[in-house]
Amino acid sequence: MAEEKKNKNPFKSVIWKSIFRVQVPQDRRGRMMQVLNNVFLHLHPVSIPKHAVKVKYTWCMGGLSFFVFLVLTVTGILLMFYYVPTTTRAYTDVIDLAETTPLGIMREIHRWGAHLMVITVWLHMFRVFMTGAYKPPREFNWAIGVILLTLTMLLSFTGYLLPWDQLAIWAITVGSNMAAATPLLGREGPGAALVSIGDINLVTPLSDAKYGLLGEREVRGGALLRFYVFHCIAFPVVIVVFMAVHFWRVRKDGGVSGPL
Amino acid sequence: MVDNTSNTDAPLSRRGFLSWMTVAWVFFAAAMGGFLTMCGRFLFPNVLFEPPSSFKAGFPDQYSPGAVSVDWKGKHRVWIVRTDDRIYAILARCTHLGCTPNWLPNESKFKCPCHGSGFRMSGINFEGPAPRPLERVRIGLAEDGQLLIDKSVTFRQEKGDWENPDSYLMT
Ligand code: HEM
Ligand code: FES
Repeated sequence: MAEEKKNKNPFKSVIWKSIFRVQVPQDRRGRMMQVLNNVFLHLHPVSIPKHAVKVKYTWCMGGLSFFVFLVLTVTGILLMFYYVPTTTRAYTDVIDLAETTPLGIMREIHRWGAHLMVITVWLHMFRVFMTGAYKPPREFNWAIGVILLTLTMLLSFTGYLLPWDQLAIWAITVGSNMAAATPLLGREGPGAALVSIGDINLVTPLSDAKYGLLGEREVRGGALLRFYVFHCIAFPVVIVVFMAVHFWRVRKDGGVSGPL
Repeated sequence: MVDNTSNTDAPLSRRGFLSWMTVAWVFFAAAMGGFLTMCGRFLFPNVLFEPPSSFKAGFPDQYSPGAVSVDWKGKHRVWIVRTDDRIYAILARCTHLGCTPNWLPNESKFKCPCHGSGFRMSGINFEGPAPRPLERVRIGLAEDGQLLIDKSVTFRQEKGDWENPDSYLMT
């Protein structure tokens, strides 16, 4: 009788065990095992110092940046079901996303979220700076942070072209002409003439930084497609890798730094 | 029994292992370097699908002296300017960061909407961030007497190119 009763307890059933691997936690060690044995829970530390949860100290800006990034990933994938990155369709597809697509709010969430992420990342960096949290042993994570900031700006820049309106085209025209002014590597940049073999100049309108960025000489369909691929695949993949290193280092460097 | 005298079966020595590892790593690094170079090169296309750079722009006498024609700006990004004694073609590309300026007839100037650079009818810059005058492009006459504009050849005032006879037509 007692045996039977025990087996009916769902927390002791085969299904529970196969999913969670450990018994229902009874003590501190059990709770630790529970966290460590779960792929999602283990992303968080088993325990953290009290000051680390103080909103006053971190503003939770790093956490918010990550949260907004997740929102952007989900809404961005949804937008990809309707948006076609060609010069004939891009502009009208974006209008349709707002006006005819069910829950047209998705596009607005993605756009406002993009603005928000840039703001939260800057504020996070500001917080880290003001609390001196970049000091040893956290200098390396500051450097990873700079890469994350750059990738955030690149995601913002490449996404900006996709609506293919006047603002988009001319903003990317201006931005890519700045690339043309890169020292040594830009066709109009200082020292571009130095990069040459004999009389043959290696930095030309068909080989410089601007050309590599756009895939053509001016902003046209090729640049639109290229920015789309960067925006939807290449940069998100790279930023996720660096975020993983960033979060891992936060923990390995002793968790969130303490108040001074 | 194992024949320990045979060289081929001898366990790899520490030195041998390390030198093989070095060879392996050098090959691996070279392969990765080569592949990354290929990835980079792949992003620079060899063939572009751009509209032709030259076009016919009608007959010289359809342009009136002292006026800037915006007829070809939309399609070919070029203004045709006729003064008292000559005709020249200006590329409608701001020399600051590449936006397309507008011709403002009332103020008799080209004005860029991006950061406000202004240019005289000649193309000379006089306000805003643009560091140099607008570029002119090759102008000539086709066999049928129409203007022939070629945007692949540009003339820069600061290099003295505007004296080049290919950069204007006498009328
Ligand atoms: C995609 C952008 C970023 C995300 C998602 C992110 C996320 C996080 C998170 C969740 C934390 C834990 C503490 C907190 O929330 O404040 C953190 C800490 C940290 N972040 Fe970032 N971060 C980003 C960009 C940056 C940037 C731009 C910098 C600086 C250049 C930076 C430098 C640091 C440093 C040094 C810490 C350790 C701070 C401490 O221990 O108090 N991060 N980051
Ligand atoms: S691009 Fe014309 S003023 Fe900046």
